[in-house]
Amino acid sequence: MKKKVLSALLVTAMVASMLVGCGDKAASGKATDGGKVLNVYCWNDEFQRRVKDHYPDYQEVDATTGKIGDVTVKWNITADQDNAYQNNLDAALLKQKDAAADDKIDIFLIEADYALKYVDTDYALSVKDLGITDENLANQYQYTKDIVTDSKGVLKGVSWQGCPGVLIYNRDIAKDVFGTDDPAEVQKKVADWDTFKATAAELQAKGYYAMSSVNDSYRVYSNNVSTKWVVDNKIVIDENLMKWVEDSKAMVDAGQTNTYELWGDDWSKGFYPEGKVFCYFGPAWFVDFSMAADKDGSIANAGGWAATEGPQGFFWGGTWVCAASGTDNAALVKDIMLKLTTDEAIMTDIVKADNDFVNNKPAMNAMAADTSYSSKVLGGQNPLAMYCAGAEKIDLSNLSKYDQACNEEFQHAMKNYFDGNATLDQALDLFYKAVEEKHPELSH
Amino acid sequence: MKSAKPKRGKVVSYNKWGYIFLIPFVVVYLVFQLIPMVTTIYNSFFENYRSGLIQVGPTFIGLDNFIKIFSNADIWIYAKNTLIMWVLGFVPQIIVSLLLGSWFSNPSLRLKGQRFFKTVIYLPNLIMASAFAMLFFTLFSDGGPINSILIQMGILDTPFSFLSNVWSTRILVAFMNFIMWFGNTTILLMAGMMGIDTALFEAAEVDGATSTQVFFKITLPLLRPILVYVMITSLIGGLQMFDVPQILTNGTGDPVRSSMTLIMYLNKHLYSKNFGMAGALSVILFIITGALSLLVYNFSNKKEK
Repeated sequence: MKKKVLSALLVTAMVASMLVGCGDKAASGKATDGGKVLNVYCWNDEFQRRVKDHYPDYQEVDATTGKIGDVTVKWNITADQDNAYQNNLDAALLKQKDAAADDKIDIFLIEADYALKYVDTDYALSVKDLGITDENLANQYQYTKDIVTDSKGVLKGVSWQGCPGVLIYNRDIAKDVFGTDDPAEVQKKVADWDTFKATAAELQAKGYYAMSSVNDSYRVYSNNVSTKWVVDNKIVIDENLMKWVEDSKAMVDAGQTNTYELWGDDWSKGFYPEGKVFCYFGPAWFVDFSMAADKDGSIANAGGWAATEGPQGFFWGGTWVCAASGTDNAALVKDIMLKLTTDEAIMTDIVKADNDFVNNKPAMNAMAADTSYSSKVLGGQNPLAMYCAGAEKIDLSNLSKYDQACNEEFQHAMKNYFDGNATLDQALDLFYKAVEEKHPELSH
Repeated sequence: MKSAKPKRGKVVSYNKWGYIFLIPFVVVYLVFQLIPMVTTIYNSFFENYRSGLIQVGPTFIGLDNFIKIFSNADIWIYAKNTLIMWVLGFVPQIIVSLLLGSWFSNPSLRLKGQRFFKTVIYLPNLIMASAFAMLFFTLFSDGGPINSILIQMGILDTPFSFLSNVWSTRILVAFMNFIMWFGNTTILLMAGMMGIDTALFEAAEVDGATSTQVFFKITLPLLRPILVYVMITSLIGGLQMFDVPQILTNGTGDPVRSSMTLIMYLNKHLYSKNFGMAGALSVILFIITGALSLLVYNFSNKKEK
């Protein structure tokens, strides 16, 4: 008897787990209209604030709901700690086909590092299918479109931001070491990586760090690669990334920089004069929101930074808006996309109200030429022209859907090499191992 | 014969209540323990993971997951890390706990404020391990208070990167586990010590035994059942060590995965929802835990037979 019960249980368990296993198959139907609920999936309230402040008909009900006409807007916000946002979104997208009309995702937001994971599937709707034309998007920066273009060349998302980055240096240190803080002069000291290394030695002689951490310059190298991270399911490490490893190791060994993780306390020491850090790399949002400008005693608070192009162009961050397949509010989604990412008047408002670098060339060029606009953090400099030039130059033809895993694990693994805990080969092994754990189909 | 029948009936009806009272446990055990365990074993024979939004499998692949795990030495490295960190934490823990336990339970010492100290040593256990690890992460960062103190006292010239060094990281993990668990162990051992007949201690004293002799000849041998229990539960807990090193090293197990434990390795496979590999790893872990527990049990009970 006991045995029978047990075996019956085992069989039930097996069957149950088999049934669970074969639920999900791709694709989830096309877009329709007339839905009563607009579900938006995102990881913070940035887009919510943009909609609230700049979308004409939006009315706030409470922190996670709003109304546009008679459509209820539901904000599903999951902070992206430990991949939680993506896990949540994945689960919801996989159920999209069978979800009730009011529960279907209509809009979801993505970041560049993992854009292709969603864009290169049927879960994201082509913007053409929504009725948005190339002419509508003509004023957007090309790189913002490249990121959300799938492998067949179909555009699947739009962004209201551009995030071209610059080199941000400490004016006092520049004066002390080079005798001038003029951006054009300082640029000559950081024009390419070899000059940058020579400058680092010069800075070190006076007791300064060239940058806070080797991870600061990572994006500058990784945005300028000539191969994708993964080719035919094989992991490929680009020459420029190996150059990052080589340059970084040399600088760490010489004591010109450190191996701190970004955003940690040690890393952000350089926002204050005691940190003795010459430069950071970052885009507009970094300058305005991340350099402790609101804290007394910080360099940013006193307007002690300045910006220059730096050794290579790069971008950092940005949020893209995608329409989910199966949305029942296609017309509304289209309108939100058009208003917030292509309407020049609204976008100019966003620059003025939120200090964002918006994805609209005429608006940005006009602001760049405006002499009345200046950045307090940058000591009165107007950096927009520099950003605009940078945004045009970014080339992102070498993205893959494995970028997030590869970039994160590469920096983690190489930290061991920089710290002297592993040889280069051991660190590379560690990198391959970690990526293959995350994506078992890959090899090297 | 006549009187026997109703008696048996009474026994049966009591048995019935016994079973009824067992139902909640059995149901909970089935749903949350047995079924997950069986499905874990079942899953370990399948290739079943997700890459991005693309689901691969489940496809039956026999023992391939196990072969893959054993085809490189990684799992033994992580097992070694786990054991090293466990031993580093457990040895001081058991010594301090025995000492504190015998002091607290020794009536001739008449320690004042016992309750206060018992509460205080148990307190670290009430803090979430993750919060505790975050705290240590901040304390021991390059610019953290510990480094500032050491530099100001003139012991160090430049900050020491505690978390970029193999042994300092392991010792920090072990130290945290020690701090968190020695209070718990003390209370268990104390309960065991207080259960020992005081007549034995008095007799020993009358015979002129020193306190060291009393401890090693009377307390320890009589404490063995509790010690074995503490050993085995701590070993199982140690093999499942996860939260402290995970948070302290941000999930990387750095430097060079020298502080990566078996469960942290298992967690790595869950990023890709790789239930096949994670299942296989769990099965191996189950076997290792069972084997080690048996070993400890047999070893500690040898003399009694």
